[in-house]
Amino acid sequence: MTEFLAAAIRIATPLLLAALGGILSERAGVFAVGLEGMMLAGAFAATIGAWAGGSAAAGIGLALAGGAVIGLAVAVVAVRWRADNMVTGLAANILALGLTSYLLRVAAGGGGRPASIHLPLLGPWPIPVLADLPVVGKLLFAQPPLTYLALLGCVAFTLFLGRTQAGLALCATGENPEAAFAAGADPLRVRMLAVIACGAVAGLGGAVLSLQQVGTFTDGMTGGRGYLALASLIVGRWTPFGAAAACLVFGAAEAFELRLQTFGVPVSSYIVQMAPYLIALAVLAVLGRSARLPAAIGRPLEQ
Amino acid sequence: MPDATVASPLLEMRGIVRSFGAVRANDGIDLDVQAGRILGLLGENGSGKSTLMKVLFGMLPPDAGSIVFRGRPLAGHRPAAAMAAGIAMIHQHFMLIDAMTVVDNVMLGWPEAGRVLRRAAMAARVREASRRFGLDLDPDAPVASLPLGRRQRVEILKAILRDAQLLILDEPTSNLAPSEVAGLLAILRRLRAEGRGIVFITHKMPEVLEVCDEVVVLRAGRVAGRTPVAGASPQQLAEMMVGRSVAAAPAPAAQAPGAVRLSVQGLTAPGLSGVTFALCGGEILGVAGVDGNGQIELAETLAGLRRARGGRITLDGRDITHASAAARVAAGLAYMPADRAHTALVRSMSVAENLMLRDSARPPYARGALLSPAGRRGRARTLMGEYDIRAAGPDTPAGRLSGGNQQKIVVARELDRRPAVLVAHQATWGLDPGATRFVLDRMLALRDGGAAVLYISSELEEVLAIGDRIAVLADGGFAGVVARAAADLPQIGLWMAGRAA
Repeated sequence: MTEFLAAAIRIATPLLLAALGGILSERAGVFAVGLEGMMLAGAFAATIGAWAGGSAAAGIGLALAGGAVIGLAVAVVAVRWRADNMVTGLAANILALGLTSYLLRVAAGGGGRPASIHLPLLGPWPIPVLADLPVVGKLLFAQPPLTYLALLGCVAFTLFLGRTQAGLALCATGENPEAAFAAGADPLRVRMLAVIACGAVAGLGGAVLSLQQVGTFTDGMTGGRGYLALASLIVGRWTPFGAAAACLVFGAAEAFELRLQTFGVPVSSYIVQMAPYLIALAVLAVLGRSARLPAAIGRPLEQ
Repeated sequence: MPDATVASPLLEMRGIVRSFGAVRANDGIDLDVQAGRILGLLGENGSGKSTLMKVLFGMLPPDAGSIVFRGRPLAGHRPAAAMAAGIAMIHQHFMLIDAMTVVDNVMLGWPEAGRVLRRAAMAARVREASRRFGLDLDPDAPVASLPLGRRQRVEILKAILRDAQLLILDEPTSNLAPSEVAGLLAILRRLRAEGRGIVFITHKMPEVLEVCDEVVVLRAGRVAGRTPVAGASPQQLAEMMVGRSVAAAPAPAAQAPGAVRLSVQGLTAPGLSGVTFALCGGEILGVAGVDGNGQIELAETLAGLRRARGGRITLDGRDITHASAAARVAAGLAYMPADRAHTALVRSMSVAENLMLRDSARPPYARGALLSPAGRRGRARTLMGEYDIRAAGPDTPAGRLSGGNQQKIVVARELDRRPAVLVAHQATWGLDPGATRFVLDRMLALRDGGAAVLYISSELEEVLAIGDRIAVLADGGFAGVVARAAADLPQIGLWMAGRAA
């Protein structure tokens, strides 16, 4: 059981970081459809950073930057030039897929073969004393660093959104940008920064995959996790802890499916792999109607 | 203004110019506001009042001109700087975040609330100020749960807490009930007594005469006149606004009503408890009553936007109780909704497109199965001229027009269809006296052509002026119906107070 829960947390971690980023973007009023591309760019940049820089810290730093670059692209096109959020986000995802695959081959010195990079995985950092607690200790206090960061992120984002002037201005911009402007905020700036920050944080989510779980970068390695993160933040009602709970549910679903496979249940593995997405669809269908979107989401700013 | 010349004014605006495309919304306006005085800013729809105030508040940059506030120049500023300098603006459409609480709205963009919000301390200040000014506001109430009058008080509270020395109120009484208006005027007097300056934008002469110290009238982007209120008459002010004399409200011509065109029997729906009336051709039934007593329900059920639960509606003898909105339109029903931002207009579509909305399948808007852009523009130009819709052209998005001009689009569209029955709800909302008069004249002409008009309005005077019969809606039903000649004001007042009274 502990192992099962540990697997759920492991799988939920990249989703949660991406969802946290998405919350910033959506609460500011920009649909976070580009999460997938931001994660992918982050995963790639982390791999290159850790490989070229020789340390995980360099990888994490570059992951923030890589995700932020995609965020910047979305911000310029969707916020500054007021293009449709959905189309821009999808385009960013396709762009990130092509760009990372191409750059991976460039990193190998050209020739069409992807670079072969193998990185040591970021191991658990057990917290003294707490890690020795039964059950909880292993689950919560003997995790790799980026998992702690995701949990701290929940607390930090909750405080930011609910208790700071900047958080208030961000939420106001997503609800009613004209009113936010009249109250002295700068909606254009708020949205630009929110989307760029969304990219950086989602990039960290990608870094979890490449640095903490796989140890290398492969083409399209996020495999739809960005969309699952998007579903999580909607199911979680645009709150960090709500999104965390949703990510854990999706993580548990995937962990369960892995177990089914190891026990040799005679069901096609492809069917089993659809499970988290089917759950996401079902949850969205049930909750979707009652979920209250930020009122001005997707609506471009008037000049 | 003999005493005003002594002290240097709180606000001096000089030579403000602001154009939108070819239209000069502000064409060299000078405006002074003194501390401890209320200045009424009057003008027709589109005369430049809102533009001038947006320039002052930093929401629009002026093309030319200068602003000095409390001795310091304000230029190239944004709302944040205007607020920091001590100016507060209470917009006609409130600038509040509905999903947030009162105290969150107060803290938004206010440096004193702290970078890390001091919510408890701010809530205490909200409570304290609310008590001092009698605003009766709970800091933790979500704004979405408050009636319009309370929301406005949240805006006023924001201004008070930020210690604004100049308050701009843009048509603050247009969506308030009469009792709320009295409360607002009392608050304004109190703010004046504290030495703050106030700019009060309105169309309503009685309010101007009651609370303002002086009046500035704008016409076509220029100052058409200034006068102290003492000694001014409503007639004189109205004439300054439109630049010609405005006759008193039209007296309906007595004429024999024709056959019954709209018959409503025992109509029930959520919010409606058994409405019965018959409306004849050549007749206007004016429906008075305090907003929220079933006006919107009655109008929308008749228009086919809400389902009737019981009762019967017939139009020219045809049962339309369960007909769709489109079938009712085809049968000759026209509807002017009160909510022009959402129900009446598509703001992002052009003036011409909005004008064709109901009749897009018919000439001149369509030729066969295809829409005709040329026909649409041509018709739009004709209607824009006929109804004095001021826009850069037929292709301007409707949302860019001033509120009054948006309303004129709706009026033009519905009247141009030559309907058998017109349901008009707050048809003159936000219109200046000249435009109001114009709309009322058009409705009288429609009536004289044999159509039936149901005229629903919370402005009792208007209902009395135009209705051949007067009905009072209270608590979802007609409390009484009376011929205009026999209308007795105290009796109508009792009916308005409702069955509950």
